[in-house]
Amino acid sequence: MTEGVAYRKEAEALDMQAEPMILNIGPSHPATHATLRFIAELGGETILKLTPEFGYLHRCFEKESESHTWTQVVTYTDRLNYVSPLMNNVGYAMAVEKLCGIDVTERCQYIRVIISEFSRIIDHMVCIGTNMVDLGALTNFWYFWKPREEVYMHLIEPLTGTRLTTGYTRIGGMAWDLPDGWEEKARGVIKNVILPAIADVNALLTKNRIFIERTMGVGPITPKEAIARGFTGPCLRAAGVPLDLRKDEGYLVYDRFDFDVPIGEQGDTCDRYMVRMEEMRQSVRIIEQALERLPGGPVNIDDPRFGLPSKQEVYTNIEALMNHFKHIMDGVQVPVGEVYSATEAANGELGYYIVSKGGGGPYKIKVRPPCFPLFQGMPHLCEGGMIADLVAVLGSVNIIAGELDR
Amino acid sequence: MAEERKSVALEKLVGRFGGDIVSTHSEFGDDTALVRREKIVEVCTFLRDDPDLVFDFAMDLTCVDYLGEEPRFEVVYHLYSLAKKRRVRIKARVPEEDPVIDTVIPVWVGMDWYEREAYDMYGIVFRNHPNLKRILMYDQFVGHPLRKDYPKARRQPTIGPEE
Repeated sequence: MTEGVAYRKEAEALDMQAEPMILNIGPSHPATHATLRFIAELGGETILKLTPEFGYLHRCFEKESESHTWTQVVTYTDRLNYVSPLMNNVGYAMAVEKLCGIDVTERCQYIRVIISEFSRIIDHMVCIGTNMVDLGALTNFWYFWKPREEVYMHLIEPLTGTRLTTGYTRIGGMAWDLPDGWEEKARGVIKNVILPAIADVNALLTKNRIFIERTMGVGPITPKEAIARGFTGPCLRAAGVPLDLRKDEGYLVYDRFDFDVPIGEQGDTCDRYMVRMEEMRQSVRIIEQALERLPGGPVNIDDPRFGLPSKQEVYTNIEALMNHFKHIMDGVQVPVGEVYSATEAANGELGYYIVSKGGGGPYKIKVRPPCFPLFQGMPHLCEGGMIADLVAVLGSVNIIAGELDR
Repeated sequence: MAEERKSVALEKLVGRFGGDIVSTHSEFGDDTALVRREKIVEVCTFLRDDPDLVFDFAMDLTCVDYLGEEPRFEVVYHLYSLAKKRRVRIKARVPEEDPVIDTVIPVWVGMDWYEREAYDMYGIVFRNHPNLKRILMYDQFVGHPLRKDYPKARRQPTIGPEE
């Protein structure tokens, strides 16, 4: 390792101790924001070698889902990326629907787009906010935490009944429709809380010389390296690669909306911040267009094989009662086959690989968490840099241990 | 019926490797090729470097345990092409008594941890992998938990810090 050799030579010339120091960071450390661990070999303050370790939050998602029904797994997906759980729900439902050959209703698709984009906004807010706390800019954290709470309080809680464990999607639709007046509240939250917060943080940071000098050139990556390492999402786009599945694959109804995909140049911490800030504004644009055009009609497909019958039917009609019983006890019947379905989650490509042997539950589910390759790339981003930069880089790639460990 | 819309990637693969491609299908719109495990590195290199395919992203690698079938395991690769906006799934069967397949780290460096996870969870040995250790489980863990014959309720002693 070149830095190591240089350090050793320098140390020998100065008659200093030439052995690198081993520093353990984590698994419980304020700057990791989750149970992550690093073993850093330091020469002075330079990171010579970085070994990331994880698995402390492993909850056997894949093993558990093999013994549950398709609908029960929805609630497990909440616990993957717990900062934007609605997106995991949507991604999972889309994968199973692909296997079943279901086209969900227009209204359902619009709702999925809207809740996904709200999730993206709060995910980016958490990422930037905590990243800035680690760098000593506490105010931005409060500026971004408030709108996040408002989104939870006024939109996600009325919609799903909970904050984090949403479990909102079903195979073939949603658990229920939007509550009355939800669209108006959504517009209000955007106008009164989200946009002002983005403007505030923008004013504090984007042209702030201290911030720029602290983050520019810290943890850079080239497009070629980022691709080879499987980076996706804001971290890849910060390196200048315009990959966004919302544009490239146009799933749900994303191809109907007008929005831009921001890209950076250096792939460093500063670019990752800039890309996330612009993505939040673009998400606002998408939500506004989607709310404008939100069609009426049912949110669930009209197919007794997938949707639950209405309670009224269940109590008065024996076929509906049996149907309900079969759905709950045996699960939705999904055909034999395998699919891979990917969505653009807040951190990058969230993929579900599902194998079905028929019947009410999955034979195998593999989640491709966007954090996994990002965390793997940490040594590449940090080696040769300063130990203090590790904190800056870790915050800016936004590692969520829930989806990393599953 | 699926024959008419056979994808470019599958056609090129069959044209180039012939009998080494065991089977192909495009069910549910996912192009899939089952290849012989000896050829996995060659196939992956071809898919990455061919100018009509350019599968520069390796998005995912996992393993499926088809307990009771022979060969038992299936290693699954999901690839994506940035330039062509296309996906392909490559699979290779690996038998239980000799669960070995070559590593694809030389093709995509990002496959390192995915292979470690498949080793950890299923016991697939990736030949020439530079650091094939457990990744999610701890080193003292016995067995491979995602194998179908690993009972869900089995408990193993939790460990303290290493001495």
